[in-house]
Amino acid sequence: MANNRIPSGPNTPGSQQTPTQQGIKIFIQRDYSEGTAVKFQTRFPPELEDRIDRQTFEYTMERLNEHFEMAETADCSTYCEGCLACLTAYFIYICTETHYEKHLRKISKFIATQNERVYNPRGIHITDPILRGLRVIEITIIDLPNCQSPTGNSTSTQMRHT
Amino acid sequence: MAGRRVTRKWEVFAGRNRFWCDGRLMTAPQPGVFALTLALICGTCALHFAFDCPFLAARVSGAVPALGAALCGATLAALLRTALSDPGIIPRAAPAEAAALQQLQQPQQLLQAEPDAGRPPPRAREVLVRGRPVKLKYCFTCKMFRPPRASHCSLCDNCVDRFDHHCPWVGNCVGKRNYRYFYLFVVSLSFLAVFVFACAVTHLALLARGEGGEARGLAAALRASPASALVAAVCFLSVWSVLGLAGFHTYLASTDQTTNEDIKGSFSSRGGASNPNPYSRGNACANCWYVLCGPLAPSLIDRRGLVCAEGGELPAAFAQALAAPRAPPAPPAPAALPPHAPPAHAAPPTVVSPPTPQAASFGTVSLDGEPRHAYMNHSLDLDPVPLQEVCIGGGRGVSGVGGGGGGGALSASRLRLLHDTTMIDAALDLDEPDVPSHLPHLPHLPPHLPHHVPRLPRVPVHSSPVPAL
Repeated sequence: MANNRIPSGPNTPGSQQTPTQQGIKIFIQRDYSEGTAVKFQTRFPPELEDRIDRQTFEYTMERLNEHFEMAETADCSTYCEGCLACLTAYFIYICTETHYEKHLRKISKFIATQNERVYNPRGIHITDPILRGLRVIEITIIDLPNCQSPTGNSTSTQMRHT
Repeated sequence: MAGRRVTRKWEVFAGRNRFWCDGRLMTAPQPGVFALTLALICGTCALHFAFDCPFLAARVSGAVPALGAALCGATLAALLRTALSDPGIIPRAAPAEAAALQQLQQPQQLLQAEPDAGRPPPRAREVLVRGRPVKLKYCFTCKMFRPPRASHCSLCDNCVDRFDHHCPWVGNCVGKRNYRYFYLFVVSLSFLAVFVFACAVTHLALLARGEGGEARGLAAALRASPASALVAAVCFLSVWSVLGLAGFHTYLASTDQTTNEDIKGSFSSRGGASNPNPYSRGNACANCWYVLCGPLAPSLIDRRGLVCAEGGELPAAFAQALAAPRAPPAPPAPAALPPHAPPAHAAPPTVVSPPTPQAASFGTVSLDGEPRHAYMNHSLDLDPVPLQEVCIGGGRGVSGVGGGGGGGALSASRLRLLHDTTMIDAALDLDEPDVPSHLPHLPHLPPHLPHHVPRLPRVPVHSSPVPAL
């Protein structure tokens, strides 16, 4: 984000990309500007430019951040949940899932549908951040044989590292 | 291994924690002191219930055993919950992510014209948290920039989110996920200690006062109930530190600080300039509320999850497409070298500039990708996670980046030694490049990777724009 004071030059850590045998990977980093609550940067990575439009990507990121914000909000229900768990000596956690886990489930579902409907047909796959420890959102770009984007753009993004 | 039964993630966990009950429970590597704590609490409570409670229930009130049982139950539940749950361990970066982080740092170093090639990634970067600059330090073991407030526990060898301290008494780190249990434990233990002490003293006093008015004296009372004297002594010795700890953690919770930050003085004013805590919510109640009753963060290490190959979460079409371009063999790679070399040497700024949609002439993805993969392979070999290699044995084969991992065991063990001897990972976070004695080896290919040798000529190309591995 704009207030991430990182001495980085043009290649800010907002997104990093690396080509591997797994295709190109972009990593969307966490945004700590509002504290340690889970929030991801919404800056549009240039690597996605000719594959998807900016609004679609930003919509996904903003919805994700909203989900995480809801998961992190402390309200009466989380308080009651904590008290109940305490009264049952935490055995309740064996049979129910927490407020946060419910939201994580929603987030996984949201990412899966977005992948299926929007991203996968364009050769992009968003990895559920919980699989990466909520540290980064990993975006894999590959050239699908029937991809809608022009071929060759991935080679151009790679050359800055050679 | 996989044929016999499934491999769960706790079995290939990189840290030093010990897991129990097929990964359901976890403790620090040496939970011995935790067993002592447990024995001390259980023993004292048993003596209390065996000797003091029957007497007091008859002479004072039936509520005494009930209250004692409730306090004891709460203390033990909180203790077990603190000791056996995940404190908020941040899983280590996957190879691809670590490589991306390294690549990210290289253009910066180019800009700063660092003379010595082979520096590790810069050890800190700064972000603003609610307008306050916070340094994120690079963790060499976990290969990532630690989130704010996280710290690396040298005993468990993990980064722990909102790291408070490593508590040998509960045999676990205290961090984001179990701080509330720890706090509950400390508070309920202090109540329990005071209560049990009061009961033992009351028991002795009532005995000393005697039945029908004639005083029997303290010595007679002690002879009549030596267990009460023992309980009183244990409680008297422990209650002060426990009460102090409860008060200290109440202060910390109400200001939303951690012990780690308090010890380091992260938020104390420096040179007259105030340095307020950016994580505080402003008032003590809100802080306590959020720290102790906020939503419980999920465990990020997914101990019971099944191990799958890297990239296993990709959809099938992706997996196929990724498998296909790897068919062309390596030989064309050297042929593709000349077009790359001139831009890299002659115009370093192109390395830094954002990608431009030119250069479709640079060959296919696979040709272009292969050598870089080789490069990244050996840069990753630099500091592997030897623990993984050791503890898993045959059950692994999940790492997507092949090519062995023994190359940098020396550097990793050096780091670990430093961790162990200093016990404070902050010693590693200093900003001068003291550690990388291993780095001169870097540009040379590790001898144990024969299949990388054909790509040796490419290495200088990479290492010139990219001094830092």
